[in-house]
Amino acid sequence: MTANVKVSIKNLYKIFGPAPESVLEHAKNGVDKASLLDQHGHVLGLKDINIDMKDGEITVIMGLSGSGKSTLIRHFNRLIEPTDGQILIDGVDVMTLSADDLRKMRQADMSMVFQKFALLPHKTVLENAGTALRVRGFKAEEADVEARKWLDRVGLAGFEDHYPHQLSGGMQQRVGIARALTSNSAVMLMDEAFSALDPLIRTDMQDLLLELQKELHKTIIFISHDLDEALKLADHLVILKDGEVIQQGEPQNILLNPSDPYIEDFVSDINRSRVLRVRSVMQPLKEAASSTAGNVDYNDTLEDVISHSDGDTTKVYLVMHEGEPVGTLCMKDLVRALVPRVPSEESIRS
Amino acid sequence: MAFYDSLFDSLGLREWCGAGDKGGPMTMAELLAKSKGTTATEETSALTLPFPSLDNLHAACEAIPRTRDMTSGVENFFLSIKSSLQFVLDPLTQPLSWLLDGSIWLFIAMPWWLLIGITLVAVYWITRSRASTILVAVTWLFLAFIDHYDYAVQTMAIIFICTGLSVLFGVPIGIAMSKNDRLQKAVIPVLDMLQTLPSFVYLIPLIFLFSVTESKLYGIAIILYAIVPVIRLTDLGIRLVDQDIIEAANAFGMTARQKLLSVELPLALPNIMAGVNQTIMMSLAMVVIASLVSAPGLGVLVLRGINNLELGVGLVSGFCIVILAILLDRVSKATLARVDVSQDS
Ligand SMILES: Nc1ncnc2c1ncn2[C@@H]1O[C@H](COP(=O)(O)OP(=O)(O)OP(=O)(O)O)[C@@H](O)[C@H]1O
Ligand SMILES: [Mg+2]
Repeated sequence: MTANVKVSIKNLYKIFGPAPESVLEHAKNGVDKASLLDQHGHVLGLKDINIDMKDGEITVIMGLSGSGKSTLIRHFNRLIEPTDGQILIDGVDVMTLSADDLRKMRQADMSMVFQKFALLPHKTVLENAGTALRVRGFKAEEADVEARKWLDRVGLAGFEDHYPHQLSGGMQQRVGIARALTSNSAVMLMDEAFSALDPLIRTDMQDLLLELQKELHKTIIFISHDLDEALKLADHLVILKDGEVIQQGEPQNILLNPSDPYIEDFVSDINRSRVLRVRSVMQPLKEAASSTAGNVDYNDTLEDVISHSDGDTTKVYLVMHEGEPVGTLCMKDLVRALVPRVPSEESIRS
Repeated sequence: MAFYDSLFDSLGLREWCGAGDKGGPMTMAELLAKSKGTTATEETSALTLPFPSLDNLHAACEAIPRTRDMTSGVENFFLSIKSSLQFVLDPLTQPLSWLLDGSIWLFIAMPWWLLIGITLVAVYWITRSRASTILVAVTWLFLAFIDHYDYAVQTMAIIFICTGLSVLFGVPIGIAMSKNDRLQKAVIPVLDMLQTLPSFVYLIPLIFLFSVTESKLYGIAIILYAIVPVIRLTDLGIRLVDQDIIEAANAFGMTARQKLLSVELPLALPNIMAGVNQTIMMSLAMVVIASLVSAPGLGVLVLRGINNLELGVGLVSGFCIVILAILLDRVSKATLARVDVSQDS
């Protein structure tokens, strides 16, 4: 994929404390989070973050609690001011915007979905969904038309006149998504948008998001602490630990080549056969393929192939992509890919 | 010979104190002593050691002022700033007198059935509660039946105006406080003082400034006393608005004004209404006391009961005040409940 970079973060630092500027130098010189707190009394929130987010892709930022995910996502629309660094949106540095321009950008270019929904409790579902347009000064009727359309799209037709507290958590978050979609912004920020929902509803919502994304092609920045969710949604995965990016890239690639014991440990619990895809473990096509046991699709999961093969590890499949043969898949490679690289002995997470 | 003479002598301050010539008016203690036929120079021991108060020290040393001098000093200070204060405050507060007099006149002039009718419609419209409306109707008919209608109307008119003005000024002050920590720090001690000062003490400086016959005197006293809870709870209510929702408002690019009007005030409304409820109850309490400074209404009857020992008059009007209090409380609570229902989260 050669999409343009839509949002770009360069050398971003965030330090919490009474005089962040004074300790910025130390942070830049590589003083780590613990000693910055011990010796200088400041919390290192984010350290030297560089991420490029491409147009029309879902970038998932993943990390455990306290790793700085919420801090990072709030920098995109400057709900939090960075201590140092650049935030470029379509090449424009958000830091140079005046208060007025910043507000216009928040109104039109970015929308946000929140972990705790953050709907206005005294407004109906319809009014909530139309928030962005109402804020921009659209007439109520115009806002309602748009809002109705998107409520319908997220499966909430018929609930327009309800109040948020009359809806379940899953439905409230659908309103949250409709509210973000109604603003018609190119960038959508989602801070642990599905974390407060129970697992089944969460899966539904992930499917809804993927389905919407297929037709809308927004630039979505999604925060998650759940690796399964991250792998399911991400086109680009960023792994954050203690305010630092420790690996980023194509999710399949991270899974197969974790660069850090922390990530190895992280990915070792994952159901790899369901996440890994044929394209990640196949061999590129060399001349004429010898006898194959059949065709599999480039984007099939390994699980699909295993059920296809009845567990026979001697088989070799031909991999098809958009009707063309593009490679071969040995069942042996597949099985090998299912075993994570030996995670480090002492568990990082404990 | 006063007890502390020797003290001043030993400190060598006799010169500074001046000669023992005791001129000027006598203190109360001296007067009493004189009337008893004893002299103030009694033999003293450690058991009768007098506290070194201003009066006792003055007895030994002329140069030290007496307590009476201090109180008259305070009085003189007030008198000296009185005219300039009056010059500023009188025209500023004049509309309050007009409002109070006007509304009392209007409410009394209205035929009883019209006033009760309007009240009932308004109560139903505000509370949407049939029970509250019936309570109001029964209360008013009862008050009218026992010929306390006029007094009760006067009391209600005063409460109506004073509560209205308290909300008018209190809510903006509360909003400003919630937006500015330094202002909040400065205003809270003032509110504490207004709330803890015994209600009679309020009246004293006001009596100095305005003539007792002017309605604004009691109007100001009531408003100063009753405005405190609206201010406090507006400030609190806005500060307590869910930060996640504020963040959402910011993320969608709301201006400060949009945020205030469409998020903060509506979400703070239950708290503000709780403040209004307290304000109403406090103005009712104050309007009774304010009858001391010519506020009309049921308080006048209570006062008459006390002054003339007309036990029945006092008790019946006291009872009327209680049922007015219940009524005001119920109606404002019903309004609060109605505001709350639509935003239970
Ligand atoms: N206002 C603040 N002042 C001081 N420290 C802060 C502040 N906000 C965040 N931090 C610190 O920054 C770090 C990252 O916090 P953040 O909320 O971004 O984590 P998170 O990854 O979103 O965690 P979670 O999954 O729990 O939401 C934490 O160590 C936190 O203590
Ligand atoms: Mg968070």
